[in-house]
Amino acid sequence: MKRAFPILGVLTAVLLSYGLYQALVAAPTEQTMGEVQRIFYYHVSSAWTAFLLFTINFIASVIYLIRRSPVADAVAVVTAEVGVVFCTVVLVTGPIWARPVWGIWWTWDVRLTSTLVLWLIYVSYLMLRRFSTSGQTPLLAAVLAVFGALDVPLVYFSIWFFRTQHPQPVIGGGGSIDSRMMHALLINWLAFLCFAFLICWSRYRLEVLRREVEEMQSQESMFEARGGR
Amino acid sequence: MSLISNITAATLAKDIRLEWRSKDAINSMLFFGLLVVVVFSFAFDPIAEESRRIAGGLVWVAFLFAAVVALNQTWAREVRNQVLDAYRVSPAPANSLFLAKALGNFLFVIVMEVLMTPLFIVFYKLRALGPAWMLAPIAVLGTWALVVNGTFFAAMSLRTRAREIMLPLLLFPISLPAILAMVRATTAILTADEPAKFWIVLLIAYDVVFTTACLLLFETVLQAE
Repeated sequence: MKRAFPILGVLTAVLLSYGLYQALVAAPTEQTMGEVQRIFYYHVSSAWTAFLLFTINFIASVIYLIRRSPVADAVAVVTAEVGVVFCTVVLVTGPIWARPVWGIWWTWDVRLTSTLVLWLIYVSYLMLRRFSTSGQTPLLAAVLAVFGALDVPLVYFSIWFFRTQHPQPVIGGGGSIDSRMMHALLINWLAFLCFAFLICWSRYRLEVLRREVEEMQSQESMFEARGGR
Repeated sequence: MSLISNITAATLAKDIRLEWRSKDAINSMLFFGLLVVVVFSFAFDPIAEESRRIAGGLVWVAFLFAAVVALNQTWAREVRNQVLDAYRVSPAPANSLFLAKALGNFLFVIVMEVLMTPLFIVFYKLRALGPAWMLAPIAVLGTWALVVNGTFFAAMSLRTRAREIMLPLLLFPISLPAILAMVRATTAILTADEPAKFWIVLLIAYDVVFTTACLLLFETVLQAE
């Protein structure tokens, strides 16, 4: 398993470079929006990756609530942290694109607002983990993740009630897209997925090591306390 | 079921009696709410027409901040005297405790809102153009939405450092759709521009979903130690 890590690293680097070439050079320039549209390959790839990570986080949280398995909790921490990073990329690249195309940085549209609320919920999730003092952090965090997952559809419907400004989904939404653009998008998504997986993997190893250290420290202090007597 | 209702009633009666004698929660909420009203009134100094549009937001932000003051005190008394530990080992169902606390908070926040509303009317020269009686169900649904999750998250933040700061950090992001619905519904009734029905339905859905979630998960949170 440990040997696979550098291989995946190299693969990710190759894919990201190829994706960059595809997005900046190979894909045709969009007719009305021009070059700025190329940010779409990163924006959409990050968004899909972030949503996937948050979904995994929710599933891991539910598994933790049922089984109390430490592995599920470690997966939940990792996916929440990396998911927040990708979600931040989405929220930053969106306005950069929106300013020249829509003429505004931000609008309270259904997708923008839902993504922002999702980001807020997961930041509060990470803060809870940071501030929690007892050994019950995983449990409280899992409960919060479930609440967050219940909240997202309500947020979506509440804002969907207003008119929505975000472009309708090009894929699966009846829109058409140049096959080279689609190719660039899928390559970039694959590259981002590998990248996310790579970070998650190393973060997971860090989390496991951190727990081992914590356990050893607590055992040591118990041992010392017994020896002291 | 009767066991749940008996314990709920007993705990609720105890909380109300304590509050009646000390008036801690109500006094701090009222004063805090008053400060928010005064600050907003200075900051915006609106004419009647403008204030009708922004009052929905102002009223609910003031109520939200004031409610957090009360919610933070929900479990303090129980922790101080190890009542929660006693509760954990007793065979009493956890949900009856939760319901009592949530109902108690609901009652205190509603009392605060009833006392604060005249102030808003006076300071912001409010007069509803839509059916004003509809504000009552909106207030009830909205307050329950805040209080049910607030009581739950207050129990969760007991096990964190800086717990008084933690509560709003957990509560506000989750409450965003409810806050949006309350504000929109209130504005809709004050200005009579749009129907408030969708927002009321959304509030009902929010209340049902999160009351269920709280009842299902409270025992887990209470037993976490």
